[in-house]
Amino acid sequence: MTSASSSAPLLELTGYSIRFATPDGEVQAVSGLDLTLAEGETLAIVGESGSGKSQCFNGMFGLLARNGRTEGQARLAGADLLALSPKALDAVRGRDMAMVFQDPMTALNPALKIKRQLSETLEVHQGLSRREAEAKSLAMLKRVGIPEAERRMNQYPHELSGGMRQRVVIAMALLCRPKLIVADEPTTALDVTIQAQILELFRELGQEMRTALVLITHDLGVVAGVADRVAVMYAGRIVEEAGVDALFDAPAHPYAAALLASIPRIDRDGGSVEAIPGRPPNLIHPPSGCPFHPRCRFADERCVAERPPLEPVAREGHAIDAGRRVACWHPFAAARAGSAAAAPTPEAVLHG
Amino acid sequence: MAEPILSVRNLSTTFSVRQPGLFAAPLALKAVSDVSFDLGAGETLGIVGESGCGKSTLGRSILRLVEPTAGQVLWQGRDLAAFSPAEMRRARRDLSIIFQDPIASLNPRMTVGDIIAEPLRVAEPDLSKKDRRARVERVMAEVGLVPDMINRYPHEFSGGQAQRIGIARAVVTEPKLIVCDEPVSALDVSIQAQIVALLDDLKTRRGLTLLFISHDLSVVRLVSDRILVLYLGRVVETGPRRDVFERPAHPYTRALLSAAPVPDPAASRSRRRVMLAGDPPSPINPPSGCAFRTRCPIAEDICAKVPPPLAEVAPGHAGACHFAGEEARRRLDAVAAAGERSAA
Repeated sequence: MTSASSSAPLLELTGYSIRFATPDGEVQAVSGLDLTLAEGETLAIVGESGSGKSQCFNGMFGLLARNGRTEGQARLAGADLLALSPKALDAVRGRDMAMVFQDPMTALNPALKIKRQLSETLEVHQGLSRREAEAKSLAMLKRVGIPEAERRMNQYPHELSGGMRQRVVIAMALLCRPKLIVADEPTTALDVTIQAQILELFRELGQEMRTALVLITHDLGVVAGVADRVAVMYAGRIVEEAGVDALFDAPAHPYAAALLASIPRIDRDGGSVEAIPGRPPNLIHPPSGCPFHPRCRFADERCVAERPPLEPVAREGHAIDAGRRVACWHPFAAARAGSAAAAPTPEAVLHG
Repeated sequence: MAEPILSVRNLSTTFSVRQPGLFAAPLALKAVSDVSFDLGAGETLGIVGESGCGKSTLGRSILRLVEPTAGQVLWQGRDLAAFSPAEMRRARRDLSIIFQDPIASLNPRMTVGDIIAEPLRVAEPDLSKKDRRARVERVMAEVGLVPDMINRYPHEFSGGQAQRIGIARAVVTEPKLIVCDEPVSALDVSIQAQIVALLDDLKTRRGLTLLFISHDLSVVRLVSDRILVLYLGRVVETGPRRDVFERPAHPYTRALLSAAPVPDPAASRSRRRVMLAGDPPSPINPPSGCAFRTRCPIAEDICAKVPPPLAEVAPGHAGACHFAGEEARRRLDAVAAAGERSAA
């Protein structure tokens, strides 16, 4: 698939930033991101609204609003996407990388039958005849688990359920066998039983086609079920990046720990959640030092004055985990402080 | 349970859906179908189900924001439908609602103070302007809003703060029961936890009874005492929280629970799933017999013929399934194990 050696990452972001010019000032939506993704890997990008998790990939796909601009590099299989002309980027999108959005209707043309939506991609990128393209499209619809695929080919998007539409969008994304799929909250609008079907589909496809997947989500349960690796974003920066087991086992960044402590657990009775006080920062005037310091219970003078770099850190009694990077002056402080429930804040809720 | 504060008896709400064509007869959509339950004072009942299962319509029918087509809602032992207009006004103070979309449910042209004061104008029209303002300021402080914000407009607030305004409006008349319709679903997780904490705090302090409607089973498990599971407008399972989550009596409940993502990588790799095929059927034309049978992994012939009644499997815990309880669990385990063998 790629001419680069197997050790070179499929996707490499270097010093990648996104800024928006607004009447109130410049919004620093993404700030100096460094991130890599290997072939066939599933990376989850986790964060709350405004963390920059979606904008980051919108920028790579050339989908920013007009007042947005990118800086740095975003290399896909060696080629810098940010340096491509709009026409060259068009050739890459759909062929080498594809995007799946939260609302499938944003990706589907309501006036076109399913077969036209799908086969057009193949006709444009692979120069197939309409007949060949439709045969391939039908096969892909079947592959993503659409029942009665022949009949669906002749239907319009509004005739399908939400889960079925999302399957069509996934089929469309997969048609040219891209190296990378970016899925932005792909199951957020779906019911939980349908979500389970779509996530299962992503898992199977990852194993079968070796497509790398970036899964942008706010849902840590979805992350736990699908991702190999996780990057947690806050205020336009990655604050922690780790293997999925390592992160859930012992989050090193206080924000990652707080996020995990804030979600109710379906698998525990009499559980508690701990709210994160305050609100995400204003990205026109981001806080000095560590962007999380105003909401962090472990913050001290250093956190206010100096921004911590994203780098591997040691945890007492453990070898350095090379796959983990943390931007914090007090990594693992939450783990040392004991479980979240051991030190409830005034806003903690308990139930028995 | 002591004397229930709210009793719902065989409640049904049917909408009429117009068909295209001048002379086409409208179709009946039974959004809520023969729902009954009791709720004790101070209890929280979690109502769960997927989109279109009728959970919001049920909440609204109880408050008579939607007129039910059959059945009764007994408030403190008396049928709400038989209340005189004066009694109904009084009851409206006791019964309140919080909506999902915090911004959309606030009038953008009204100040926060006016929004929160609105129910008071109706419920206590004799209150002086000064007293009303004092009540509004007090309730704002109680929900964590700075009273200085009283003259601001909704667009100046974040989603979490807007939901605090919605909660202030819901509690300003000092209600006894609040229907919370997906109150945290539109919020970020860290903010969601703040709002859950606030609701819990208000409940304890004011002795509130809550109907907590949500599609999010994790939140429901956190806040509820008892659970009601709806499928296509029907109650498929009801029981104490712990029983329903740990020993689901109905195959649908089991499927819902096993589909919900667990924030634990090792557990989500190892757990046994009951996957459902397809989408829920249309409530306009529900399947015969058991409404769930078209997606049920253990459906038999009888399920297409006989609608299963709610059968008690333990005290206060019932499932509407011909195999409710142990038998359903055993059969589902067998299906799941067979699936794992064929996948391996």
